[in-house]
Amino acid sequence: MRKKQSIFQLLSQKPWEPEQAKLDDLHDGETLNLSKGKLGLRFIMFVSTIFFCLFIVTYSDRMIYADWQQMPEPFMLWFNTLTLFISSSVFIYIQLSAKKNDFDKVKYGLIIIGFLALIFILGQLFVWNQLINLGYYVSTNPANAYFYVFTTLHGIHLLGGLFYWNITLRKVWYPKNVEINKSKHTIELCAIYWHFLLAVWVVLFGLMIFS
Amino acid sequence: MAADSYEDIAVDKGDVIPALEVPPQELYHAKSFWTKWIFCQDAKVIGIQYSITAIAIGLVALVLSWLMRLQLGFPELFPFLGAAEYYQFVTMHGMIMVIYLLTALFLGGFGNYLIPLMVGARDMVFPYVNMVSFWVYFLAVLVLVASFFVPGGPTGAGWTLYPPQAITSGTPGGDGLGIILMLISLSIFVVGFTMGGLNYVITILQARTRGMTLMRMPLTVWGIFTATVLALFAFPALIVSCIMMTLDNLLGTSFFMPAIVEFGEQTEYSGGSPILFQHLFWFFGHPEVYIVALPAFGIVSDLISVHARKNIFGYRMMVWAIVIIGGLSFVVWAHHMYVAGMNPWFGYFFATTTLIIAVPTAIKVYNWVITLWRGNIKLTIPMLFALGFIVTFVNGGITGLFLGNVIVDVPLSDTYFVVAHFHMVMGIAPVLVVFGAIYHWFPLITGRLLHEGMGRFHFWVTFLGSYAIYFPMHYLGFVGVPRRYFEMYDSEFMAVSTNYLNQFITVVALIVGFTQILFLYNIITSSKFGKKADKNPWKACSLEWRTPEVPPTHGNFGKELPVVHRWAYDYSVPGATDDFIPQDIPASQVPNAEVEKT
Repeated sequence: MRKKQSIFQLLSQKPWEPEQAKLDDLHDGETLNLSKGKLGLRFIMFVSTIFFCLFIVTYSDRMIYADWQQMPEPFMLWFNTLTLFISSSVFIYIQLSAKKNDFDKVKYGLIIIGFLALIFILGQLFVWNQLINLGYYVSTNPANAYFYVFTTLHGIHLLGGLFYWNITLRKVWYPKNVEINKSKHTIELCAIYWHFLLAVWVVLFGLMIFS
Repeated sequence: MAADSYEDIAVDKGDVIPALEVPPQELYHAKSFWTKWIFCQDAKVIGIQYSITAIAIGLVALVLSWLMRLQLGFPELFPFLGAAEYYQFVTMHGMIMVIYLLTALFLGGFGNYLIPLMVGARDMVFPYVNMVSFWVYFLAVLVLVASFFVPGGPTGAGWTLYPPQAITSGTPGGDGLGIILMLISLSIFVVGFTMGGLNYVITILQARTRGMTLMRMPLTVWGIFTATVLALFAFPALIVSCIMMTLDNLLGTSFFMPAIVEFGEQTEYSGGSPILFQHLFWFFGHPEVYIVALPAFGIVSDLISVHARKNIFGYRMMVWAIVIIGGLSFVVWAHHMYVAGMNPWFGYFFATTTLIIAVPTAIKVYNWVITLWRGNIKLTIPMLFALGFIVTFVNGGITGLFLGNVIVDVPLSDTYFVVAHFHMVMGIAPVLVVFGAIYHWFPLITGRLLHEGMGRFHFWVTFLGSYAIYFPMHYLGFVGVPRRYFEMYDSEFMAVSTNYLNQFITVVALIVGFTQILFLYNIITSSKFGKKADKNPWKACSLEWRTPEVPPTHGNFGKELPVVHRWAYDYSVPGATDDFIPQDIPASQVPNAEVEKT
């Protein structure tokens, strides 16, 4: 039995008081109304957010120095951003299909996600190639260095997402009746992570464009 | 004081709360030697794996400290030990002790072993990730050790790894693989820790047994939980700084590296900010102190309560203090940078926050002392170590108040006073808790007691020896003996007596060091031949002692999980038959016990 409590109410409990003990005895041992998977995902996103925030802090510190020279913004980056937006939209479609138990559509949707991820990664590599050919090397200027660092770290996060996408795809591809709810849960987690990847990229891309 | 009986607080229809059933398929079952002992997913085994690895690498750091002390006390003893080697030893000693020993031991070791048992869970929530976490940590240790064997040796940049000197060629290991391996090892460590931290936090939040509210948890769990949350905020700063410095080193970026002339030649670096690295490093580095200290605070609270047979005084205050200290630890980092040339107003701010953190810390110390007050104190070995911790922590904490003030810190910053301070407060004090905890939980882990005589000898030599080492260092600092010097013999600006003091410290350090070998001998022999322990030899209330079998077997609690009916501190309850009431004993079984007030 759990009542919604603020952190302050929770920390004010007196576990030795008889009235409190009556409530405590009925507590089921869970603090939040969240599945362990969802909480785990939030945990990962939380740590990643701090990680990127710290990079952004160092970026804003470093860019005030005189040697900072803004990089060009290849058009391809907009295309890549659009790819991530489409991925997120497809995931919304997948989630809706999963709710209706239409797992054929879920399968196709997940395959499209895989393709879009591949296009995004190739697109980012294409941008790298373009910039290198133009002479924007990683050590030429701190702005260049940040661009390569941000795209690499975001790419690594996407690869992590693809690892989980693979698990999700396998669950959907080889369905077992008892695991349908688990599959839906996995799809939901995968979708949340993809939206997160989009959000991170939008922030990083925005930072690089507008700074 | 008239008090309600425990019968009144029983649930309405007797104690009929059903036990939580955990379907057997949710538990991991080992099928071979490899999955049972090597790639094991049982948190208890993982905890032991973490502990053994941490202690093993800690021994390397101990040997390094002996060599450093021999060099300082008797500079002409080892001709092969020059400045470069000395700095390499200092660096590796510091980094190993802080990160690879203490952090890994408290969170990976004690965290893994105790969290599921203390909150009444069968295992961590993600056992596979937990197993991977250990092996990633193990890989980090291997990479670190590898740096001893590469050309140029390990980095000698000091454990803070400040650029630009950390990656310039004048620094030992600075232009070779040494610094790179250190940065890679730290990054791997952070990845491994994050996997472990995921388990600790979610197990504590979501997998407690029925009746185990957050405010019924033992303070050990609170300490580990808060330390893990701190680490999740702090370790990203370490990995960010490691990634950026690695790029500066390998790819020639200038995140931290300013325009610099190296051996008469202008390097290609320009415009980087070394101070930015310092901010990042200490944004990790100061919370790191509490990542080590908070589990120690929690564990020592439990040791004192159990061995003084008294409930912990001010349980809620203790929890609040842990949380507040954790929060404040993120706004004090620049007190490590008073001499770095930052804006003096920054110093004013950080001195203020540093002094404020003394308030919740003092609350904890008072509560430990008040818990002891009129307690039925048993001077067991864990209790001796707990008492040793309180005194040492107070000593180290008070010198921290000195150094927290800018005007005092500036002249003392580069002296042995600082070495004495941080060794007392985050070296000796947490290590005393580690020892106390090992003596306390050894019977749970092995079913046997550690040898009493060796244990007492170990305590007294370690405790008194530590004071003989670090007290004189305060004096050395006051008379201006600088730290980081590899040789101080015949230095004109230091009194001759400081040399004698250095020799004395070296001799004591060797004695204390060898006593730790005796402790390891005690662990190894007692685990096989030690006196068999009772199921609950200290008569403790918390759940880890309530498993059907001791040592606890896979799944911890047999067929049914325990149901918790009280907090973990019902010691010497008036009216109760025994002087302790375990957490899973319902009120109906102790009808005459009175409600405690605290």
